[in-house]
Amino acid sequence: MREIKAADITAAVAQMCMSANTKLPADVRRKFEEGYKNETTEAGREIFRQLLENADLSADTKLPLCQDCGLAIFYVELGEDVFVPGGLNKAITEGMVAGYKDGFLRKSSCDPLSRKNTGDNTPAIIHIDFVPGDRLKISYMAKGGGSENMSRVTMLSPSQGWEGIKKFVVSRVAEAGPNPCPPTILGIGIGGTFEQAPKIAKKALLRKLDDVHPDPKVAAMEAELLTAVNKLGIGPMGLGGSYTCLAVKIALAPCHIASLPLAVNVQCHSARHEEVEF
Amino acid sequence: MPTYTLNTPLTDADIDSLRAGDVVLLNGIIYSGRDAAHKKLMELLDAGKPLPFDLKGASIYYVGPSPAPPGRPIGSAGPTTSYRMDAYAPRLHALGLKATIGKGKRSDEVKAAMREHKAVYFGATGGAGALLSKCITASKVIAFDELGPEAIREMTVKDFPLLVINDAVGGELYAKPKLDD
Repeated sequence: MREIKAADITAAVAQMCMSANTKLPADVRRKFEEGYKNETTEAGREIFRQLLENADLSADTKLPLCQDCGLAIFYVELGEDVFVPGGLNKAITEGMVAGYKDGFLRKSSCDPLSRKNTGDNTPAIIHIDFVPGDRLKISYMAKGGGSENMSRVTMLSPSQGWEGIKKFVVSRVAEAGPNPCPPTILGIGIGGTFEQAPKIAKKALLRKLDDVHPDPKVAAMEAELLTAVNKLGIGPMGLGGSYTCLAVKIALAPCHIASLPLAVNVQCHSARHEEVEF
Repeated sequence: MPTYTLNTPLTDADIDSLRAGDVVLLNGIIYSGRDAAHKKLMELLDAGKPLPFDLKGASIYYVGPSPAPPGRPIGSAGPTTSYRMDAYAPRLHALGLKATIGKGKRSDEVKAAMREHKAVYFGATGGAGALLSKCITASKVIAFDELGPEAIREMTVKDFPLLVINDAVGGELYAKPKLDD
């Protein structure tokens, strides 16, 4: 059994929340630079210019990249031989609360009916996967409401297959149009169950934008979907152009013989996430 | 693209001069307001009570800023998605609201209200909250403090960069998705 101190986890999570909200990931920045050079519309290039300037300013001033610092999502890989005295959930939650407070990040969590703000961005939304061994990896994502609202889960019929999946994803992006702050990143969960499909879709958003899926068939599907949605011409912030989507990331899971669950989790261009390992 | 420098409150003549695609640098006072604040504004109107600011010629910015760090008037302050305020906008336009500022599509009802009451919808760049905050020189909560980020703030803006998305004569800037079927 390996013991990891709760205080160390709390401190690392607080730091991670503050850092991720003020430092655009390098892979996202590279895509912005590429878009600034290659976007076909002047209005689209101007958006990329502003986003690069925004990222520089955020890094300099520590003002968050976006005022919507999101609900705090955590994907945790917890070694079965790890023990956190005091509790892992509590350690992560306390770190998130401290990071959002000390980093002057917006608290965006509220009661679903009264709409009263919880005041400290709680609860942290924590997904834990147990893994063999004694390591602990915590990935954090700041997930904004605008792009989350454009996300969808559907239960397709197995007969609809890949064509049905493609049609659903393309029409979802078309309908969302300028709303989710394009150019977006799409996390696509195919298979699993009603609750599993969106969970793996969101986790897929943690991948690097320029990585290639290890399964060549899935890599080809990602490329096909990316080409299809970018043909829509929605462009940066909906102003027209070839950069509607920066990347498509697919995650697969076995599903019931009667079902074909599909989740499309839309992420905005301000794709803020970081990870820490113990 | 034509660029206009305009001062608030906006007039009918200002609105008449604008077309979808124009760049506007806005100066003066604008008011923040999003979901929860709009609901409260409607409750005040229903009860026949005065609103916390004068709607005549006013501009509402759909924004919930992040907290102001020491030494700054405001935190990050980019636009939120506007369609959630579509249910409220026509009533406010009828009472004199001249402009809303946000991102994303508006409903046909809001577009009709803008044509009828001479108003425009401006887009600000989503996800550029740090950059846009540079144009906000002062900010104070004037109503619904209990709503936290959703409180109504009176903000002073200097050359706040906007694009006319919907004008008052039916023009729209957003690209229509190119679908095969």
